[in-house]
Amino acid sequence: MLLQQLTNGLTIGMIYALIALGYTMVYGILKIVNFAHGDIFMIGSFLGLFFMQEFRLPLYLAFLLAAAATAIIGILIERLAYRPLRMADRIVPLISALGVSTLLVSLAQKLWGTEMHPFPTAFGSRTYTFGNVTFSEIQILILVLSFVLMLALQLFVTRTKTGIAMRATSMSLTHAALMGINTNRMISLAFAIGSALASCAGIMVGIYYNAVYPTMGYMAGINAFTAAVLGGIGNIPGAMLGGVLLGLVETLGGAYISTQYKSVISFSILIIVLLVKPSGILGSKEINKV
Amino acid sequence: MTDGASKGKILEIDGLQVSYGAVQAVKQLNLDIGAGEIVALIGTNGSGKTTTLRSISGLVANTRGRIRFAGADITKLAPHRIVGLGISQVPEGRGIFPDLTVLENLRLGAYVRRDKAEIEADIRRMYRLFPRLEERKKQAAGTMSGGEQQMLAIARALMARPKLLLLDEPSMGLAPLVVKEIYAAIRQINQDGVSVLLVEQNAKMALGAAHRGYVMETGRIVVQGTAAELKSNDVVKSVYLGSTV
Ligand SMILES: Nc1ncnc2c1ncn2[C@@H]1O[C@H](COP(=O)(O)OP(=O)(O)O)[C@@H](O)[C@H]1O
Ligand SMILES: [Mg+2]
Repeated sequence: MLLQQLTNGLTIGMIYALIALGYTMVYGILKIVNFAHGDIFMIGSFLGLFFMQEFRLPLYLAFLLAAAATAIIGILIERLAYRPLRMADRIVPLISALGVSTLLVSLAQKLWGTEMHPFPTAFGSRTYTFGNVTFSEIQILILVLSFVLMLALQLFVTRTKTGIAMRATSMSLTHAALMGINTNRMISLAFAIGSALASCAGIMVGIYYNAVYPTMGYMAGINAFTAAVLGGIGNIPGAMLGGVLLGLVETLGGAYISTQYKSVISFSILIIVLLVKPSGILGSKEINKV
Repeated sequence: MTDGASKGKILEIDGLQVSYGAVQAVKQLNLDIGAGEIVALIGTNGSGKTTTLRSISGLVANTRGRIRFAGADITKLAPHRIVGLGISQVPEGRGIFPDLTVLENLRLGAYVRRDKAEIEADIRRMYRLFPRLEERKKQAAGTMSGGEQQMLAIARALMARPKLLLLDEPSMGLAPLVVKEIYAAIRQINQDGVSVLLVEQNAKMALGAAHRGYVMETGRIVVQGTAAELKSNDVVKSVYLGSTV
């Protein structure tokens, strides 16, 4: 029972981690919370659904195409909604983020209606039992793909010239520019990677719960944001750790206390972290108030 | 007006004005640097020296006037393009990337370059210029002493192979012995053919190394001349040399 709950918690935690990375990469560079990120996750999920339904594409192609399309949407959002406000007061991009969020939800409702859409794949229903833990196929996919994506991201930001340049940009835009780094390109890249990861998470969540709908980004977004803050916002390994921890706490809390408390747990953690240690588990000491 | 660069000038600033909102940090500035020169820009805190360097590197949007580098107008260029053309800056406070290693910092200095083998050779050259960097190459840059960080910042700027190096108060907050070491390196860099614009409050050190100098006060140049002329200038003597080291 406990082992099964841990597995379930880890599964949802990996999803939170994937989404949290988008919050943390953007915050790391621009010091803004992209409150539209949860809705980017939703759009990514719908795009995966769209590619499978309309073009009868296999799942892996739907992943690839949806991730690419969502990355482009992420880049466009930054260009149109945030970049023109770069010099403005911190509150201004926040308002712009809420506007983008509303826009994306309305757009999804216009295109796909307000109802829940099942995911058209036979994939995911089969189960495997090891000892007394049962994995569904989709759980295995979530665990493996999330792990691979996070490992790839970690190697990218620590081993490649562009990845290190992106980290330098998040340490200081000005000093990165003095290295000859095109910092606007790094910002676009952070949005692209974050959005692509959110899209993968969206598709996997869509299959896991067999439901895709326009407001699915709200709770996922809040939970992932909590995960990013818990791990230390701006910190990439922190987002991964925060996501997994939150998934575990939430699932165990849901199982042993009550499922009613699931969302309360996440909110409580967010508030406690902000009060007690706003820099999170792995974050640096100095942190700007959001 | 003539086309092309004035003979032998690597940098020419004409009528630069810079504002931060209502604050006019640079009111009127003309300054030039000859190829191969070390030029000192001295002035008290808040006189506009850093703003001048930021403008050259393209970091401030609100500028008027014209900045030419090797004959080309760079006034409106993006910072990364200016680095690509051959101007590197060691910013105030050093600006090293604290969580990256010394070696990663050095490699980022060469971000605009593609010549891998030459980059590795230059890293070895930097280790000869500042041997302490080699000892610390795997260490997070933020854990080093102020002097070591300043050495790293200079070495990192050189990794771009600049024609012009801008230094913003390289002696600030450092012990006299370390300052000596840094200045010896600056002279060496210049002898290797890099022109230098040296911003300092420490006028004595700066004029000791420079060929020529400018004195800035509240956004304007008030005195200029050769280093020897400035050292014997009464204003410079009373305001800048009397009070420093
Ligand atoms: N980012 C900024 N915003 C507003 N005012 C600034 C800013 N940076 C500098 N200033 C002002 O511009 C003037 C020149 O500053 P600075 O160029 O840093 O001088 P220096 O480097 O000679 O000490 C000062 O009055 C300073 O307060
Ligand atoms: Mg200054």
